[in-house]
Amino acid sequence: MTSDIMIPFYQALTEDVNALSAPQDSLQDTRREALERFAAAGLPTLKTEAWRFTNIQRFLKEYPYEFLNTPATTTANVADEAAIAGLEGYRIVLVNGHLQADLSTLPEGKGIRIGAMSASTDAPGFGKWFNQQKHLSAESMANLNTALFADGLFIELQANVVIDKPIHLVHVYTSDRHAFVQPRHLWILHKSASATIIESTVHPKQEAVAFANSVTEVVVLENAELWHYNVQQGADNFRQVNTTAAQQGADSRYHHFNFTLPNTPLTRNNLSVILKGSNTETNLKGLYLATGSQHVDNHTFMDHLVPNCNSNEHYKGVLLDTANAVFTGRIHVHQDAQKTNAFQQNNNMLLGDKANINSQPQLEIYADDVKCSHGFTAGQFDEDAMFYLRARGIGQEAAKALLVNAFSHDVTDEIAVPALQDYIQGQIEAIMNN
Amino acid sequence: MLTIKNLHAEVEGKKILKGINLEINKGEMHAIMGPNGSGKSSLASVLAGRDNYTVTEGEVWFNGKNLLDMSPEDRAREGVFLAFQYPVEIPGVSNINFLKTAVNEVRNYKGLPPMEAKEFLKLTKEKQQLVDFNTNLMNRSLNEGFSGGEKKRNEIFQLAMLNPSLAILDETDSGLDIDALRIVSNGVNKLRDEEKSFVVITHYQRLLEYIVPDFVHVLYNGRIIKTGTKELALELEEKGYDWLKETEHEKESV
Repeated sequence: MTSDIMIPFYQALTEDVNALSAPQDSLQDTRREALERFAAAGLPTLKTEAWRFTNIQRFLKEYPYEFLNTPATTTANVADEAAIAGLEGYRIVLVNGHLQADLSTLPEGKGIRIGAMSASTDAPGFGKWFNQQKHLSAESMANLNTALFADGLFIELQANVVIDKPIHLVHVYTSDRHAFVQPRHLWILHKSASATIIESTVHPKQEAVAFANSVTEVVVLENAELWHYNVQQGADNFRQVNTTAAQQGADSRYHHFNFTLPNTPLTRNNLSVILKGSNTETNLKGLYLATGSQHVDNHTFMDHLVPNCNSNEHYKGVLLDTANAVFTGRIHVHQDAQKTNAFQQNNNMLLGDKANINSQPQLEIYADDVKCSHGFTAGQFDEDAMFYLRARGIGQEAAKALLVNAFSHDVTDEIAVPALQDYIQGQIEAIMNN
Repeated sequence: MLTIKNLHAEVEGKKILKGINLEINKGEMHAIMGPNGSGKSSLASVLAGRDNYTVTEGEVWFNGKNLLDMSPEDRAREGVFLAFQYPVEIPGVSNINFLKTAVNEVRNYKGLPPMEAKEFLKLTKEKQQLVDFNTNLMNRSLNEGFSGGEKKRNEIFQLAMLNPSLAILDETDSGLDIDALRIVSNGVNKLRDEEKSFVVITHYQRLLEYIVPDFVHVLYNGRIIKTGTKELALELEEKGYDWLKETEHEKESV
């Protein structure tokens, strides 16, 4: 173990992995291997290429976090804070990663298996797909999660299962002490299955600081389709590292939307998608609206392994005050992946005098018959547009809200759930008017 | 209603307006003509409050209030409307949402509650007809991909929706074909009443065949050098601006 890892809970790690790896734990070997990888690499530092602009150690040293993996519960009132007006769907509440059944409505039916990860290790999909996405083991924080995660949500939809309404997954983080929490999820959609999952986060304001290091594995098999929205409503007393590792089979569609809103001081989103079958469609859409001294880092990786796949990535950022954002868009087109279409855009509005964006496209293209592009912009309000709105009686604040909503529309227009679209646009307006 | 006294303004240190005096009463239609670069559009921008213009001297009073002290939005809320020469395209802001926001911000300023959705729809339907504004354009992004004529009709449609007491039309006729010009002019004429005043800025006498002004002013080199009635416009059409420029230069050299 490298000596620079001096986070308070670190001592507890080896003991915990022993405790968690009771003989009956079928994941014992996986956990140990992950811990070894984590120990060998250590926590990311500013010298770690993928973490050059995000000093995670600074955030981990901020508070004496305790490793928390015991079940916790919350109240309906707290879970309701994540409510999206007009959204009809199934609500599933996870507290520090643990499923709280009395606040949850699970979709039921033939071919649907949804439940706690801890109760799902016997599911066929679990054995086959758990921790199999190769980019996971390259990421230290994901290894830490694999080694020591407590629980999370398992979803397996058999062939042709269509979940009729969105699943609203509400993550509640709660603790009376500063806590380091590691949820772990695995969602598998078999052939031609389809679903919409909306994630929200709630952390009660009055509580101690919670640091979540979560991992979600997504497996979208042949001709299946998943709409995956992650709404990161923030809180001052919350920090998050959120890793999503997806893989797609032939003819599948995966639409990933990420919205980062105020006020979480640290948000790091790792997102990797591996395309294993041809003729797939992948949409990665991001919107980060950061205020105060928020730090938002979106680290994405589109891995094109096979021919004839389409990926479209568009991240847009609005940075106020002294907010700081990082965008990394890696696209790897392997030699076999001919006829790939891979597009990437990162556009930013820098509205705070000291707001900052570090954006780095990383395109590695080894096939010769592909269409790939990337682009980056950073700008301010368009003066002519601003004057036009004001000349119609619209006050400066309302005009700014309109223009930020307008800037975001390439992302928000693509939201396929009207209630969620209204919610996000309403949030933007409320934040800009505040 | 509007009194402009000795108005001087500059942009980036360059003097553009050099002492404008103008009095506009309720219900009057004033046309401001002049060659390119004479300061016509600058005058419109200064009145609407565009902030790259600096007023260096003079006063502007609007219904007893000092217009130059107000922000652009407050001028609009008080009843000054500028129809832009080049309406701005704003992708992502729908025309209807923009209008609703504008109407309600003006209402809020006057202490009125937001307009009921039903009432708003009724009003838009009614006003759309004034300029034959296509309903399909309502849900599109503001001016995005609109033709030149559609943009100008949208300006007049907004004018009708916001119902200001002073409307300044900045070269609303430029770039319009004769059909669009007729539609826009008809719209303006239907909006004329004894409470509302207009300042029509134009380069071409053609517009004034459709919108008949009470007064015509000639702006040259940042000053109004001649004021007359609609016959002046005809004279200008016939003789051009040169004869006026010459008299002006003679005056200057004296």
